[in-house]
Amino acid sequence: MSQIAYPTHPLGDDASPLDDDSRLVLEVDQVTRVYPSVPPITALRGVSFTVGRGELVAIVGPSGSGKSTLLHLMGSLDRPSTGSVRITGLDVGQMSDRELAALRATRIGFVFQQFFLAEHQSVLDNVADGLLYAGVPLAERRAQAFVALDLVGLAERAKARPTQLSGGQRQRVAIARALVGQPAIVLADEPTGNLDQATGQSILRLFEGLHRAGVSIVVITHDRDIAAHMSRQIDMLDGRIVSDSGSGSADS
Amino acid sequence: MSTTGSLSTKKLRPSDFARLSAVGLRTRKLRAGLSALGIAIGVAAIVSVLGLSSSAQAGLLSEISQLGTNLLVVQNGQSITGQTAEMPKAAPAMIARIGPVTHVQEAGSISGNVYRSPLIPAIDTNALSINAASLGLLRTVGTSVGDGSYLNGATSQEPVAVLGAAAAQRLGIDRVFSGERIWLDNTWFYVAGILRPAALVPAIDSSVLVGFPAAEHYLGFDGHPSTIYVRTVTSQVQAVDTVLAATANPENPGEVDVSQPSAALVAQADAQGAFDDLFLGLGAVALLVGTVGVANIMVISVLERRSEIGLRRALGATKGHIRVQFLSESIVLAVIGGVLGVGAGALATAIYASSKSEAIVIPVLAWGGGIGAAILIGAVAGLWPALRAARMSPTQALWSV
Repeated sequence: MSQIAYPTHPLGDDASPLDDDSRLVLEVDQVTRVYPSVPPITALRGVSFTVGRGELVAIVGPSGSGKSTLLHLMGSLDRPSTGSVRITGLDVGQMSDRELAALRATRIGFVFQQFFLAEHQSVLDNVADGLLYAGVPLAERRAQAFVALDLVGLAERAKARPTQLSGGQRQRVAIARALVGQPAIVLADEPTGNLDQATGQSILRLFEGLHRAGVSIVVITHDRDIAAHMSRQIDMLDGRIVSDSGSGSADS
Repeated sequence: MSTTGSLSTKKLRPSDFARLSAVGLRTRKLRAGLSALGIAIGVAAIVSVLGLSSSAQAGLLSEISQLGTNLLVVQNGQSITGQTAEMPKAAPAMIARIGPVTHVQEAGSISGNVYRSPLIPAIDTNALSINAASLGLLRTVGTSVGDGSYLNGATSQEPVAVLGAAAAQRLGIDRVFSGERIWLDNTWFYVAGILRPAALVPAIDSSVLVGFPAAEHYLGFDGHPSTIYVRTVTSQVQAVDTVLAATANPENPGEVDVSQPSAALVAQADAQGAFDDLFLGLGAVALLVGTVGVANIMVISVLERRSEIGLRRALGATKGHIRVQFLSESIVLAVIGGVLGVGAGALATAIYASSKSEAIVIPVLAWGGGIGAAILIGAVAGLWPALRAARMSPTQALWSV
């Protein structure tokens, strides 16, 4: 799997030369997120870290530690109350809703615990939908989807329906959908949460393979055993980072 | 590096747009079918009501055009003293000289009653009238002989009568046999023929027709025509109409009534749609119920498909993409109902019209309006659910499942 040439710089249209900063696909700087309820709930309290290109990072913590909120912010599905989130250098807080949608369409891949596959269409078309909002014609979407399915080892099941697949295979399809647009970063939310342990392990091996091929991946999980597979772990508790095994780029 | 210039949302391709519009319908076929059925019933009701009345109208109008709209009837009016006026004997010949006039035939009203035999009580007149008729009358008024034969040069001199369709029925005569007689103003007249109904001139139906010479000889008729039937070149009907009275009776043009029998039938055709409003109202109610049904389905659909909405937002869909997807789905749903409704309405019209041998007419207003109404219904019913789907925050949509 790691033999497959996966482009290491997915931002083909980005003309800026590669300097040190452009190695960073994600920069989270002093981010807080307060939900305006009564009383207000502070889900994140000044979180800072960066993710470099090709890193495999686990964000681990118990329920209520703020990791889901952090995922929303990293995925540009939400904006921070204070601080900044930059994805490939672009400040999420400064962008309009449409620009955020375009950012997600071209630079971020999501993998969810519940897979979210459309049962009425084939595996191939499910993966191809990853490019639907990027303005790619259907034939090309399918061609790229086939490549992505090959990458996760499911090319021969391209014509099957998701209901004909096992849980692990479905998650592979969802991962292929996240990869098909060659995003700068893949965000996986409890990707093994709905799978048995053996299947979960195979998904983790897939992530490791992708990591070796140069894909930047952030996995959110509450399971420390899973986090232990990752080359870098960020521990969260009560909206703060309590430890980061990374190269010192984090300071909470 | 922090410029966002390279980020722009892409418009969906038409083919992708079409596929997205059908997602909800393909995944929930039964439910989509049932809610489309509501629209279909309403549209079918409206299309069939309009189709049936148009077909009936077309039938009547085609009958009228077959009979011709170029028949004018000149009748005795009233004199200044209130008496029935009298046209000169030369009136038909004078009218025949008007350029665009193609046929002129006459009938003269004769007082008296008709009975099956002298034994019938005098009071049982059957409301029949006796008329002296010219020999070319049938073709001009647009009827023909149903049984037997019409008057000819010989029989018009003799005590021979031809019965109008209603007159024959009232006298109890349904066919002509040799030696059959009727008691006509105290004289036996032989029955030569029975006419078919004259749609344009119903007065002929309740008449017993005899020849002019026979009328003068046997019935004391004075020979003055009381009704003159005039056929003209179709394009010149109005022009002839204006000069007829003065031509028929130059001395007292005001004592002549001129009418166009087809005008009454056209009015009848127009009145054919009188009940339409009621049924159209019922159809509109059905459509309203259908609209509520579609709106209900769309609201439920948005709630059920939160995860799909969230996923699409995560894949890069804008609010506009989501809004358009749900709105177009609602429109597609309603249009499917509309098309089915137009089909069902057209089929109902076709079956009914062909059972009555009428022309099948589905007005453009009916099918165009049906489809148009469906589009409008889809848009109205889907608007709020679509806005709601678009407003849904992606985080709520994704993590509330």
